[in-house]
Amino acid sequence: MKITNKRIVIIGAGPAGLAAAIALYERGERDIVMLEREAAPGGILRQCIHDGFGLTRFGESLSGPEYAERFIEKAKQLNIEIITNATVIELNEDKTVTAATPNGLLVFKAQAVILSMGCRERTRGALAIPGRRPAGVYTAGVAQAYINLKNTMVGKEAVILGSGDIGMIMARRLTLEGAKVKGVYEIQSYPSGLPRNVEQCLNDYGIPLYLSHTVTKINGEKRLESIVVSEVDDKMRPIEGTEQEITCDTLILSVGLIPENELTRMAGAEIDPLTSGAVVDERLQTSVPGVFAAGNVLHVHDLVDFVSLEAEGLADAVIESLNGTLENAEIPVTGDGVIQLIPQRITGKKDVTFALRPRRPGRNGMLKVMQGEQVLAKKKLPKALPAEMEQITVKADKFVSSEPVKVVLSFE
Amino acid sequence: MNRTYTCIICPIGCEITAETEGCEIKAISGNRCEKGKNYVWQELTCPMRNIATSVKVKNGVMPLASVRLTAPIPREKIAEAVAEIHKCSVTAPVQIGQVVISKLLGYDADVIITRSVDIKEE
Repeated sequence: MKITNKRIVIIGAGPAGLAAAIALYERGERDIVMLEREAAPGGILRQCIHDGFGLTRFGESLSGPEYAERFIEKAKQLNIEIITNATVIELNEDKTVTAATPNGLLVFKAQAVILSMGCRERTRGALAIPGRRPAGVYTAGVAQAYINLKNTMVGKEAVILGSGDIGMIMARRLTLEGAKVKGVYEIQSYPSGLPRNVEQCLNDYGIPLYLSHTVTKINGEKRLESIVVSEVDDKMRPIEGTEQEITCDTLILSVGLIPENELTRMAGAEIDPLTSGAVVDERLQTSVPGVFAAGNVLHVHDLVDFVSLEAEGLADAVIESLNGTLENAEIPVTGDGVIQLIPQRITGKKDVTFALRPRRPGRNGMLKVMQGEQVLAKKKLPKALPAEMEQITVKADKFVSSEPVKVVLSFE
Repeated sequence: MNRTYTCIICPIGCEITAETEGCEIKAISGNRCEKGKNYVWQELTCPMRNIATSVKVKNGVMPLASVRLTAPIPREKIAEAVAEIHKCSVTAPVQIGQVVISKLLGYDADVIITRSVDIKEE
């Protein structure tokens, strides 16, 4: 089989892959190929037609396709190669990348690989909701693709399980397209999406949000006919006697996103069970030298603007890796009171921006980066929410030793 | 009256507490910028929202092109605005930024295409 040598192979041409490719080109790299499994680049942004993207990056409120288009246009201008309809099916530790395409297999031997495959949705199977298996049960992103890309309405009377951002955005979208959204049910005692989406997607349209509730049964033969919802206790167990049946033909699940890391595992990279993404250092290199990761494949972001920034940030490290000058990171990083902490390892010789989410909502939080008893950096979080990603930066000269680093969030 | 608002202008989503009398803001806290104050004032007088939907595309590689407004319109006019937009269709090719309806319902807001769609080749 023909094997093509490439300096840089980027897997996935969504916002992370596009930003990384452009940043690498701008630093002089020319031998780059992007492999994209869909028919067009842009990733999930293609179906996110609501506005609010690009406020921090461009200072304007764009729709998803517009935000993506700015990067796609740039990549086209620079003549960066993007092969679409190319699904990467194998990634080896020696950075051999195999993609299935309509024209057969493509095999690349890369010097550096960038993982930017994004994430996917948790499904009904992951929740194990009892009941029948009728049509009419969708994940929020699938419903979004049907409505926004395929011109296919998913149903007339909908209930939404989970208050993730996409779920709330779909509640508004379904309402605007003429469906009746009977309510959003959230198992936790607080919304899992951003407060502004509760306001503009639910409150604006009079869609009720029921906290500490979940779906406990699905009824219907061919098509969904009704669901049963129950209140849950503080351990998220359904409370007997609180069952309520709701007729509906559509159930939308917005119950979490999982970084898509089959290829990462295949390459032998260490996975962090807390992020479901690769373990990386502050330069975003995985445990496999020359393999980097950025965007939702690494940890699920709240805003695409940060995905673009993160992916651009790895360009210098990729070039150092190609030149053989990238330093190894040996200092482990752990968290307390935080989830989705990135990076998990650092060199202690560079500025580091830690990204994380609060484990639970709280007021007057204090975020600290510690090394032993020494506080390297701290930041007040007046209102901490798991829905929002937080960042804290430590300057290189603050690291005092090679002792482990701890990122701690506590409340007054 | 004392009320808490969630500012929707940017992703920070400030939680703003405002003491108001009619349409007048007597005291305000929690907003990290001036936009938050304007937002509260707008909520008191005439809440404004942007909307996104799609229009049908004839002869395109995709059946739909997404659209949004160039400026927000009164929240109470959303249903009417969406009905007006859904009456429209466009013929491929369409480009990002192309105006589908100018001055929607007479407001200073245009409906623009947010996804380019090429002609479907037979």
